[in-house]
Amino acid sequence: MIRLEHVSRLYAVGDQVVHALDDVNLVIEPGEYLSVMGPSGSGKSTLLHLLGLLDRPDRGRYLFHGEDTARLDDRHLARLRRRHIGFVFQFFHLVPRLSAAGNVELPMMLDGWPLPRRRARVRRLLEAVGLADRARHRPDQLSGGQRQRVAIARALALDPELVLADEPTGNLDQAAGHEILDLLEAVVAQGRTLVLVTHDPELGHRAPRRLQMRDGRLFESPGGVG
Amino acid sequence: MNLRWRDALRLVGGSLAAQPLRSLLTVLGIALGIATVVLLTSLGEGLRQYVLAQFTQFGTHLIAINPGKAKVHGTSVGIFGSERPLTLEDAAALRRVPGVEAVVPFTYAQADVRFEGRTRTVFVYGVGAQMPAAYRFRVAAGRFLPDAPHGTARPFAVLGSHLRRALFGDRSPLGARIRIAQERYLVIGVMEPKGTFLGFDMDDAVYIPAGRALALFDRESLVEIDVLYRPTLPVDQVVRALRRLLTARHGRDDVTFTTEKDMLEVLGDILDMLTLTVAGLGGISLLVGAVGILTLQSIAVAERTREVGLLRALGAETGTIAALFLGEAALLGTAGGLAGLGLGLGGAYLLGLLIQGLPVHPSGTYAGLALGVALGVGLLAGLYPALRAARLDPVEALRTE
Repeated sequence: MIRLEHVSRLYAVGDQVVHALDDVNLVIEPGEYLSVMGPSGSGKSTLLHLLGLLDRPDRGRYLFHGEDTARLDDRHLARLRRRHIGFVFQFFHLVPRLSAAGNVELPMMLDGWPLPRRRARVRRLLEAVGLADRARHRPDQLSGGQRQRVAIARALALDPELVLADEPTGNLDQAAGHEILDLLEAVVAQGRTLVLVTHDPELGHRAPRRLQMRDGRLFESPGGVG
Repeated sequence: MNLRWRDALRLVGGSLAAQPLRSLLTVLGIALGIATVVLLTSLGEGLRQYVLAQFTQFGTHLIAINPGKAKVHGTSVGIFGSERPLTLEDAAALRRVPGVEAVVPFTYAQADVRFEGRTRTVFVYGVGAQMPAAYRFRVAAGRFLPDAPHGTARPFAVLGSHLRRALFGDRSPLGARIRIAQERYLVIGVMEPKGTFLGFDMDDAVYIPAGRALALFDRESLVEIDVLYRPTLPVDQVVRALRRLLTARHGRDDVTFTTEKDMLEVLGDILDMLTLTVAGLGGISLLVGAVGILTLQSIAVAERTREVGLLRALGAETGTIAALFLGEAALLGTAGGLAGLGLGLGGAYLLGLLIQGLPVHPSGTYAGLALGVALGVGLLAGLYPALRAARLDPVEALRTE
C-alpha cells in the first residue's frame, strides 16, 4: 500500500541543514499495525506528516498504492487525505466552537455528504467510541480522553484505510491513554492500517511491527513481524 | 471544492458567531460607511428633485435678462457697474420681438405693508401684467395688474395668499386700501399659493406695477426682465434676437441672458459636485470598514492557524480554506451593507419626518450600489488574509500553539 524509497526531508536550521528524514525506506502492507518509536526530534512526526501527505520529501519517492505522490496536485492530495487517511493528534485538534458531533461531521462536510447521511454516520461513530450521550458537548466540556475519542471518531469518519496516530496518548493520564490505545487497536481489528508514533516503549511494544527512529534514520526493531 | 454551499455558509456563520462582539463591531464599521452614503445620497437626490421641481413650476421656456455682463453663469453683479440700466422701455420693446409670448419686468425690495393697524414686512415685487402667464402663477380672486406699457401705472396691488390671510383674515381684501411704505394702493386681486422659489417667498408678498416699484424704491434699473418665448422656437435663436434689440437700444451688449437650461446646468454641476463629495466621504468610511475587515480576518487567520492545519489534514483543498475565510469577509461585508442600508434608509425617513420641508429621496440605484460595494469591499479586504490562510504550510500550521 505504502512504499517509501530513499526518502529524505531536510530542514535548514540557521545555516545548518538538518536531516529530519535521512534515506528512509519503508513498505507498509494493508492491515498492518506498526509503531514508530524514538526520542523527540528523531523525525517520527516528520515521517507521519509525510505518510499523511501533509509534507513532501525533498529526495526519494513516496508511492501510495503504486502512484508517485510527487505527481499529485493539491486536489488529488486533499482527496487522498480525506478518503484514505485518518489523523489522530497528540493535542486532539478539535474545533473549539463545534460540538463533538460537529467535529466528527467535518470530514463528511468537506467531502460533500448530504445532511441525513452525515447525521446517521455521526451517531454510529460516536456510539462506537462510547460518546453517544456527549454529541452536543463542546470540546471544553469534555475530558482529555473523551476529546481524543471524538478525534478518533472523526479520523474514522470517511472509513479510511490508513490511520496515523501521532502520540495519541501523550496528553492523557495512563488510564485514559490505555483506553485510547485499546480503541485504536480495535480499529486495526477492522482491517485498517495503523501507524502509531510514540516515545513510550510500553505502548510501542503492543504493535506487532516496531520501527525505531534515530537522527532521521529508520530501523526495523528485532522481534518485529515484518 | 466538495464542500456544499450550505455547509460552507454554516461553517462561515459559525466562526463569525463564535466571536459575536468582534463580528458586530466590524459589521458596524461597514454599516456606518454604507449608512452615510445612503443617507447623504438620499439628501442629494432629494435636493436635486426639489430644485428641478422649483424650476419646472415656472416652465422651462423662460429667459432671464440681467443688467451687466456676468463673468460666470448665474446672476449678474453688474448693478453697481457703469452699464445702462434695464428699463421698462426695454421691457416694452422686448415684447415686439417675434416669438416672445410674455415679458415680465421685475424688481423687488422689502417694505412694510399696513392695513387697519396691522403691519407686516414682506417682499414687494414690482412686476408686469404678464407675470401670471410667464410664471404659471394664477390669480385666486379679483384680477391681476392691468397692462400699462406706456404712461404711469395706477396704484394697484395684488396680494400673495399668505399676506392676504395675515392682513385680512377671512375678510375679502378686494377694494381695500393698503399702505406700502408711504404710498396707498388699492387691492384688486389675490394670488393662489405658490410656495417659495429659491428662498423667495411668493405667497408672503405683494405685487405692484414695476414702474411704481422703481419710483417707490428710488431705483433706475430693473433687477431682471423675464421673457417667456414660444416653446417651438430654439432658445438660442430667441436669445440672439433679444440681444440684437437690447444692443441696439443700449449702444452695446451690456446685459446677461440666462436660460432655464443654463440655470439647470449650473445647479446640476453643483449637485454633481455635492454627490461626488458625498461619495468621497462614504468612500472614506468604507475604507475604514475595509481596514476593519482586513484586520479582523488577519487576526482570525493567525488565531485559527491550527484549525487551518487540521482542515488540511482532514482533506480540505487550499481553495476550500481560501473560500471559507473569504466567505467570512464577504458575509461581514454583506451584513454591514444590509445594516447600513437599514440605518441609512431609516435615518433618511426620520430626517424627513423631523425636519419639515427637507427634501429626502432615497434612491434605489444608490442603495443597490451601496450593497454591492459593501460586498465588494468585504471580498477585497478578505482576499489577502484568505490567500494567506490557503498558503499556510499544513505541518507548520498544525504545530502552532
